[in-house]
Amino acid sequence: MTPSGGTARVAIVGAGPAGAFAADRLLRARGDVEIDLFERLPTPWGLLRAGVAPDHQEIKRLDESFDRQTLDRGCRLFGNVEVGVNISHEDLMRHYTAVVYATGAQTDKSLGIPGEDLPGSWPATEFVAWYNGHPDYRELEFDLSGRRAVVIGNGNVAADVTRMLTLSPDELARTDVADHALEALRESRIEEVVVLGRRGPAQAAFTSAELRELGRLDGVELSVDPEDVVLDPLSQRWLDELGTFTARTNVALLREFAERDAQPQCSRRIVLRFLRSPVEIRGAERVEGIDVLRNEIVEGDDGSLRPRAAGEDVETIECGLVLRSVGYRAVPLPGVPFDERSFVLPNERGRVLASDGDPLPGVYAVGWIKRGPTGILGTNKRDAEETARCLAEDLESGRLPSPEQPGRDEIDALLAERKPDLVTVDGWRAIDALELRAGEEQERPRVKLSSREELLSAARPAPG
Amino acid sequence: MTYVIAGSCIKDDSCVEACPVDCIHPKPGAPDFETAEQLYIDPDMCIDCDACVEACPVDAVFADFEVPEKFGYALDLNAEFFAEKSTAERTRTAA
Repeated sequence: MTPSGGTARVAIVGAGPAGAFAADRLLRARGDVEIDLFERLPTPWGLLRAGVAPDHQEIKRLDESFDRQTLDRGCRLFGNVEVGVNISHEDLMRHYTAVVYATGAQTDKSLGIPGEDLPGSWPATEFVAWYNGHPDYRELEFDLSGRRAVVIGNGNVAADVTRMLTLSPDELARTDVADHALEALRESRIEEVVVLGRRGPAQAAFTSAELRELGRLDGVELSVDPEDVVLDPLSQRWLDELGTFTARTNVALLREFAERDAQPQCSRRIVLRFLRSPVEIRGAERVEGIDVLRNEIVEGDDGSLRPRAAGEDVETIECGLVLRSVGYRAVPLPGVPFDERSFVLPNERGRVLASDGDPLPGVYAVGWIKRGPTGILGTNKRDAEETARCLAEDLESGRLPSPEQPGRDEIDALLAERKPDLVTVDGWRAIDALELRAGEEQERPRVKLSSREELLSAARPAPG
Repeated sequence: MTYVIAGSCIKDDSCVEACPVDCIHPKPGAPDFETAEQLYIDPDMCIDCDACVEACPVDAVFADFEVPEKFGYALDLNAEFFAEKSTAERTRTAA
C-alpha cells in the first residue's frame, strides 16, 4: 500500500557500515522516515563482512547492532541490486525523497611502478575480499607456493594480510575465513612475509593494537632490524613534540621487537622493514622479486615529514607474491557528480554539490565516498550523524520536492521487473541463519556462503 | 578496580555517552580524537558502574580482573594514555 502522503522515503545506496550508521542516525533524527537499503551483494554490512579480518571476530559482532538499529526497525533491504546497473540514479530520484550514497571506495590505489601488473602482484584488497568470501573474488587463485611474500604498505590492511599469511591453519580454521581460502592457505608454503614501509617507524600507519598482534602470533617470529628503529632527528623531534599516543606506542613496540632474540624454532617469520620504497616488481612471466630503494626522512615546505630516496643502491628481494596495500580509492557513480581529484562525491557536510557548487536537492553522501578512505568503523557514526542532520534539516525546511512516484508499491513493482532475484531482509535472515548453523556444527563463528548462486539459493524461500 | 578498553575498540562513542563520570577519552571534538586509534578509560576516575560495558557494541570493555590474556597490555595502556595528559587538561582542550 502507498503510505499516507508526506512520509519521506529515503534510499541508502550501499549497506556497509556507513550506510548502516546513516540509517540508524536518520531514524534517530526523524522517526517517521522510511528507509530502503540498496546493496549490490546478496548480504549486507559491507567491509564488516568482507573487509574486517576473520580473526577479529569481536569487531564483526557489530553486525548485531546494525541489524537491531536498521532492519529490526523496519528498514527494508534490497540486496543483489546494483545501482547504476539494475536501477539508475534517475530511477531512484523518481521514487525517493532523498538518496544517500554510501558506496565506499571500491578500488585500490596503484603504485605506478614497472611490473605492478605481473601475475603474482595483487592489490591487498583483492586478497582480503578473497579470504573473506566476497562472491566477486572467490575464483581468484593466489600462488602461495613461493617461500617469501612481500607486503607493501604500513597500514592495518597490510597488517591484516600479513597475519592471514602467517597464522597457523588450525587458528584460521577457528575463524569464519572462506573455505576456499582456508584450503589454499593450508597448502601455503610461505615461510616469510616482508612488510615494506616507505617511511620510518614513527610514521607507520598501523594502529598499535595491530602492530602488537603481529608480535604475538603463535609460532611466528617477528623480526625488526635494530638499525631501522633508530629514529632520524626530524622524526624524533616530531615524536617528542607532536607525535600521537599511537605513534609513541608504535615506536616503543618496534624497539621492543628489535631487541628480541631470533626464534629459529618458529616455522614462519614476519620481517618489518622501514624506509624502503619499491621501484620495480621483477619477473619474466610472473613475480620473482621486488627492487627497493632506501629512503630518508626530509621535511617538506609545509613542515610535514616525507620520505625521499637516499642513494641509488637497489636491493632485490626475491619473492613469489606481492600484495600492494597502499590505500583504497572510490570510483565514480553513473549520474552523480564526482570529484576526480579527491575521489569523493563533491559535498558539503554530506549534501552532494552540483557543478555550480549548490546542493543537489535530495542527494547525499556518507562514509568513504563522502570523506575519502580514512578513519575506522566508528568514524562513520559521526560522519553519518552529520549527513543525517543535514537531510533531516532539509526535510524540515521543505527543501526537498516530492518524488514523481512516491509509493512503496511503485518502487517494488519496478524492482520486481528489473531484479526478480533481489534479496530482502527475510532472504538475508535465511542466509545468516544457515551460515551460523553451519558454523555451530564446525565450532566456528560462521561458515560463509561465498558464491552468488549459493547465497541466492539460501535466500529463496523453501518451496511450498 | 577499573574498567579498561581493549584493542578491538572501533571508536563508536556509545561508551562516552553512557559514562556518568566522563572518564572515557578522547571525546568526539577533542583535539586528539581523530588521531586516537581507540578510546581509553581513566583508571583514577572510573567508578566501576558497568555502563560502558553495556553500551559497547563490540564488547571491547572489560573489568580489570576479567581482561582476556591477549588484551593484558590494555590495563597499562589505558593508564599511560592519561599519564601523558591529565583528564582536566583534556576536558579543557575539548571545550
